Amino acid sequence: MSVDQTQRSIRCLVAKVGLDGHDRGAHVIARAFRDAGFEVIYSGLHKAPDEIVQAAVQEDVDVIGISILSGAHNTLIPKVIDGLKEYDAFDDTLVLVGGVIPDEDKEDLKQMGVAEVFGPGTKMEETIEFVRENVPER
Amino acid sequence: MTVDDETLVDELLGGKQRALARTITTIENREPGYRDLVSALYEHTGNAEVIGITGSPGAGKSTLVDKLTNTYRDRGETVGVIAVDPSSPYTGGAVLGDRIRMASNVGDMEVFFRSMSARGNLGGISTATADAVKALDAFGKDKIIVETVGAGQNEIDIVRTADTVAVLVPPDSGDEVQTLKAGILEIGDVFVVNKSDLPGADRTVQELKEMIQLRGDTGVSGGHHGPDHHALGDADAAGGTDAGTASAVSEAAAADGEAGNWTPSIVETVATDGTGIDELIDTFAAHREYMEASGRLDEKARTRTAEEIRLLLREDASGLLERELDRHGGIEALVEAVHAGETDPYAIADEVVDPIEECLSDRQDDPA
Repeated sequence: MSVDQTQRSIRCLVAKVGLDGHDRGAHVIARAFRDAGFEVIYSGLHKAPDEIVQAAVQEDVDVIGISILSGAHNTLIPKVIDGLKEYDAFDDTLVLVGGVIPDEDKEDLKQMGVAEVFGPGTKMEETIEFVRENVPER
Repeated sequence: MTVDDETLVDELLGGKQRALARTITTIENREPGYRDLVSALYEHTGNAEVIGITGSPGAGKSTLVDKLTNTYRDRGETVGVIAVDPSSPYTGGAVLGDRIRMASNVGDMEVFFRSMSARGNLGGISTATADAVKALDAFGKDKIIVETVGAGQNEIDIVRTADTVAVLVPPDSGDEVQTLKAGILEIGDVFVVNKSDLPGADRTVQELKEMIQLRGDTGVSGGHHGPDHHALGDADAAGGTDAGTASAVSEAAAADGEAGNWTPSIVETVATDGTGIDELIDTFAAHREYMEASGRLDEKARTRTAEEIRLLLREDASGLLERELDRHGGIEALVEAVHAGETDPYAIADEVVDPIEECLSDRQDDPA
């Protein structure tokens, strides 16, 4: 017999990937997520896709928010997604992309498995609401 | 145990990263069935060496853990790390930042790093940490490092799950060393003066040395520590040292002559450039050797098991009591009654517990 007191908390990885040193946005998101009651793991700058995958798999996050402002999303995002699949982690991880993504690329990213792309000017509440509503059932 | 859980256990024992990660999540969330999971892993544990690292914020714990992990990896050992960070008592949210410092080990899947937040339930985090350590142990990690900010009872409980506890002290701590006396000093097997290239490091080492001598003051013959010793706390010559014990634990650290006690070592490190990491690892090994040779390791494991049983029982009992509370109208109604002056908390506690006590006393002649 146990107390059966589940203490679930939404876990997020906020990740900066590739050669892009602009992390203000990632910091703001990390704080907003924290204040929303999420547990946030921040990757730090200049991470390779497999480092992001390692962090996501080991930390067993519900959500990965990848911030990219370098324009290299079409190269980097597929690598992250393939890595997640390799470790059997893709199906129950919500992948979000934030940053400067041209409209014509958004559809491709979603095809790959990105749940949503948040561009500049997105309201913080909107992102948080999206996470709450779409966090994978486990 | 459900079929899913059985698969999870099999996969974990088979070395699947995702299964280990998911097991720790289940433990952390206290999802239904987490106990069965830990119980299934239990028989596969007991092979890892568990090291606890604690110290005030900014002391350099994460950087030190990174370098330690890296050195263990160079020596061909696998490492698991659990880093516990505080969470907001208001929102429950947390930024778990220790992973950023693990720069030397990124991409190395033989290092399993997991951040956990102290979710602020009664003593729960130390149980969750201990269970997560079991999961890493069953997974087959050689060394498991538990890292946490050394503030408050919860944190102390966490590091007490470790076989060897290192306390980090930044240089020039001044009065901070004094405050270490309460609580932290007692739990440290090794004191690490990190950032020892900064001014004030010598004085901190000196202060720690004095404090340790005061703590185990049984006729210590001071003054024989060479100035260039990284690991202090040599065998005390007082009272006819038992040479057998002393040599068993190497010269990095030593046994107190009469009681056969471990005198905490002081190691100076500069975690950012790796200075002193090898000495620190040797000191950990020496402490481990001492623990094994003196039987303390076994003793500690037994104490831990006893505490574990008690804790589980307490959890169960408090679950029972919560349900009893609900039967009595729920906590809010009871609080209302107290504030309306109808009753008092003591009377309520008696009311709730008495029927349970009665049930138990009926069964006293018949121990299950």
